Amino acid sequence: MSTSKKNSFRSGPDDEGRFGIYGGRFVAETLMPLINELSQAYEEAKADPAYRELLDDFLTHYVGRPSPLYYAERLTEHLGGAKIYFKRDELNHTGAHKINNVLGQILLARRMGKTRIIAETGAGQHGVATATVCARFGLKCIVFMGAVDVERQKPNVFRMKLLGADIIPVTSGSSTLKDAMNEALRDWVSNVEDTFYCIGTAAGPHPYPEMVRDFQIVIGNEVREQMQAREGRLPDSLIAAIGGGSNAIGLFHPFLDDPSVKMFGVEAAGRGLDTKEHAASMTGGAPGVLHGNRTYLLMDEDGQIDEAHSISAGLDYPGVGPEHSWLKDTGRVTYISATDDEALAAFQLCCTLEGIIPALEPSHALAKVIDLAPKYDKDHIMVMNMCGRGDKDIFTVADHLGVTL
Amino acid sequence: MSHTTRIDSRFAELKKQGRSALVTFVTAGDPDFDASMDIINGLPAAGADVIELGMPFTDPMADGPAIQASSLRALANGQNMIKTLEMVRAFRKNDNDTPIVLMGYYNPIYIYGSERFLADAKQAGVDGLIIVDLPPEEDQELCIPALATGINFIRLATPTTDEKRLPIVLTNTSGFVYYVSVLGVTGTKAPNVSNVSEAVARIKAQTDLPVAVGFGVRTGEQAQAIARGADGVVVGSALVDAVKNSLDENGKPTAKTAGAVHEIVQDLAAGIKKAANEI
Repeated sequence: MSTSKKNSFRSGPDDEGRFGIYGGRFVAETLMPLINELSQAYEEAKADPAYRELLDDFLTHYVGRPSPLYYAERLTEHLGGAKIYFKRDELNHTGAHKINNVLGQILLARRMGKTRIIAETGAGQHGVATATVCARFGLKCIVFMGAVDVERQKPNVFRMKLLGADIIPVTSGSSTLKDAMNEALRDWVSNVEDTFYCIGTAAGPHPYPEMVRDFQIVIGNEVREQMQAREGRLPDSLIAAIGGGSNAIGLFHPFLDDPSVKMFGVEAAGRGLDTKEHAASMTGGAPGVLHGNRTYLLMDEDGQIDEAHSISAGLDYPGVGPEHSWLKDTGRVTYISATDDEALAAFQLCCTLEGIIPALEPSHALAKVIDLAPKYDKDHIMVMNMCGRGDKDIFTVADHLGVTL
Repeated sequence: MSHTTRIDSRFAELKKQGRSALVTFVTAGDPDFDASMDIINGLPAAGADVIELGMPFTDPMADGPAIQASSLRALANGQNMIKTLEMVRAFRKNDNDTPIVLMGYYNPIYIYGSERFLADAKQAGVDGLIIVDLPPEEDQELCIPALATGINFIRLATPTTDEKRLPIVLTNTSGFVYYVSVLGVTGTKAPNVSNVSEAVARIKAQTDLPVAVGFGVRTGEQAQAIARGADGVVVGSALVDAVKNSLDENGKPTAKTAGAVHEIVQDLAAGIKKAANEI
């Protein structure tokens, strides 16, 4: 038993919160007792069937799970190679996979007696999901958002306000997602008694990477079951977009110990990996320590964190979840990247071929489906995680296409 | 630890005098290399007993707006780890007694290389380190190697550090214990003096190390009040604010820059001396 566990890709993190050298608890002393309290509360919740039951009930009736596994027939024919399926997590309530994690964390916050929820957001999808669930449970919700992002994601800002959340525009540093995360951590340090920090991706200090992954695993578990029902076998490859990497780890994790299943994580290459304007921390960065964990980061030779750039605000972060860093080093998952232009082209193709307006985040994964699918035979089954819908992105896309709305 | 550092000697000496230490924080390279060097060189004469030198970082997540801004000013003017260590070396040419503690975040050290950093810091004349995002849980990263090199590893204790956790925090701490007097980031709230002396007593019941108190101390009066119950008073945000307020409209240092910092340090030092004379 112990040897089989050792050979598993699914046994992390260890007791120190590490995936190999990645992860850990690199936080200020003020937060350590809170992180430890959270770990303990999460362990207790996991062991309590009533918690799981309540979460499942909300996932079914509030979120709308399971999300469909859809055969993208016209895209498959168009590309003339692998048989392509979309995991339709964009059909969830609030339009993305983010709510899977938020529900798990908010139910945990309630168990812990916390009444004030803080969150960081980039594109605003995690912020909207958090504001939504907070409204559902009557909890105070404060969302930190870079001032630059507040300006470029106005529809989501208004959505969050309608849901009763307070939006704090962050003007420190570079006024984007990493600064929103800094500011959320500062708030948490200042309000330790009643506040729960609901992190939006599988990154940050232990136990967040593990916990967020556990809440997103529902994606991969459903795919496994649905694929069995549809095709009677495992898929041959999985592909998902990577910002922090929560939708990807949720899809990949249940298949990590199935050697026949190939996995591709797609980072945002922005204006190109040969420029400084990208967000591909694994394909274009190096291991460092930020926001509570060791992981691949974009930084200069002095260890100062670089700005990320992507057309997709949700991928616009200079780091990545630590489990991905470990999966990269072990070679279990292949990490590749797609540029802004490739994502835009894939976005348009998906609209016209499948009648689905994808978010710009999964459009990056879709861009690589377009590259990879023709290289495989027709009996190769490829599953792409359609982790968000694109309504929020129409302004950005119009802008890039030179259209005035 | 068997090594005696300048920090140990300085606190021992002040204890004999019956006075608390004034620990001053400024960011290395703020507003630029030369002006920062002038500030640091004048700190001992102005009354600083221990110098904390901030290693600037783009994402100082436990610091308030004042220290964040000072970090960005320094970085914008080309400060990096090599230059910070160079400043320590330059300071040591004229002062071999005032302890220097480097304070900052782990990533710039990790990227410099922990072993190389410790060797270069020791050689430059650094006496201690405060690395905000390295709690006891990550001691193998830098704390244990630092102690082996003869560099003190100074840990923060906070109002959230309860009785159960305090021994964990104290285990590999050396030099002094830095008590963070308020829940929050640097420079934003004023400490409540009665809570502070209670907390200091609680820490001193478990360690022989000196306890310095910081976060939110800005004036000579506050320093005086804190000094009554602590072995040291740490001041940072007030000093980097003085740097900021002395700059010209283009953000360049002026003839007043170093003097503005030293003036506040003199006021704080006077407050601490008053506290010593009360006894």
